[in-house]
Amino acid sequence: MAPPSNRRPGYSRKAQYGLFFGLLVAVAGIGVGLLLLAASIIDPTGLRAVRGAAMDVTTPVAGGGRGIVRTIQDAGRTVGDYFEAGSQNAALRREIAAMRRQLIAAQAARFENDQLKRLLRIPSDDRPAITSGRIVGSSFASSRRLATLSAGSSSGVRIGQPVRAPDGLLGRILETGRFASRVLLVSDRSNVVPVRMLRGGIAAISTGRGDGTVELKPLQVGQNPFRPGDIVVTSGTGGIYAPNVPVAYVVKLADDGAIARPLADPAAAPFGIVEPIFEPDAAAPPADPDTGTAEGDPA
Amino acid sequence: MRRTTLAGSSSYGDTGPLRSQVTPIASTLFASALALLPIVSGAQLLPNFGLLALLSWRLLRPEMWTARVGIALGFAHDLITGGPLGLAMSLWTFLLLIFDFVDSRLIWRDYWIDWILAAFAIGLASAFEWKVADLMGAAGPMHTILPHILISVLCFPAMLAVVARLDRWRLRR
Repeated sequence: MAPPSNRRPGYSRKAQYGLFFGLLVAVAGIGVGLLLLAASIIDPTGLRAVRGAAMDVTTPVAGGGRGIVRTIQDAGRTVGDYFEAGSQNAALRREIAAMRRQLIAAQAARFENDQLKRLLRIPSDDRPAITSGRIVGSSFASSRRLATLSAGSSSGVRIGQPVRAPDGLLGRILETGRFASRVLLVSDRSNVVPVRMLRGGIAAISTGRGDGTVELKPLQVGQNPFRPGDIVVTSGTGGIYAPNVPVAYVVKLADDGAIARPLADPAAAPFGIVEPIFEPDAAAPPADPDTGTAEGDPA
Repeated sequence: MRRTTLAGSSSYGDTGPLRSQVTPIASTLFASALALLPIVSGAQLLPNFGLLALLSWRLLRPEMWTARVGIALGFAHDLITGGPLGLAMSLWTFLLLIFDFVDSRLIWRDYWIDWILAAFAIGLASAFEWKVADLMGAAGPMHTILPHILISVLCFPAMLAVVARLDRWRLRR
């Protein structure tokens, strides 16, 4: 079709002024938008009230449908499980037997660990979680990797607190509303997590790649220490993330590091647990011999 | 500016100003709100539905909106999707202005030209969004947004079809 000519509305002065005024408003709108954008780039936590309120309104919409989507996702797996029931049963039984032996060994090691810590008067780092919420959505149309958590400042969530799932680290809180908050996932490009390798304890840096994976770079220069299947956990260096939370497993080696996949899949994680910010340099409380009650830490 | 009075078509108009005027805005807002779908994804997969709806309405009904609609709709989009405030607000208004300019230069446009124009707009929008993400410290190689652009461009005809159907319903007596 032929586009209408918006340029010349005829000889009417009024119509011409109207067009010009419209153009001015549009240009002014772009200017205001760019100013807002500059403000949110320079200070991402600014305009917090507006964004938080908007998030509070939109989160229940997402939360309502999440259960349905999860049911559909799970249905495929359930059908597959049904067909493989026989062989899976045998394999699982073998696995359980092996796991039980390992579990007993781990419990013994943990008990010994607690005893040694008490002997050395190291305060236990088992701290209660702040709250937990469901992961109800994500920024699937954007290049950032953010998820929405259905818990906000009314239940104690503050900006910067780490969020984990039972399987591993999810990310940290980027902004909060009263009943919802946004989580910067470990796979976001701007999220840097200090980690160490479970095998050998070599320190590394995990940076998101924006496509659901993270990049691991060892802090030491030299040969590549990673092998596919290696698991990295948080090292606790620099604070924020408490140590020994599982982060990712290596899937592929790169030139000077490795590509790893986060252990906690935000799409499958049933809920996110918000934990207090880890502050290693804070004055340690006087050693309390009763803090050995290990609770949580299911991974 | 509205030209329906000049066109003088009797089959359009008089269908209740509410439905005919609210439908485009409501449908664009709804498309923006599709970003709230409870899909949790590890990568940038689905297109920016709000932008696709805006482009569809603009290309289908060039006379319906002036460029300043982008200010309000873009601001709403930013709030709904939780993107950096002002991103869609400035970008959408800018794109609408560009379309106004293109319309004044082009003598004719058909379905394929519409698609090409939309593809350019989507590419421009993705590049701008990538640049903003870059400035916010989420820098990455630029080629990583190419799959997203491709998916969005391929989704555009579907959105155009939906919008065309809505348009027919909107103007039906």
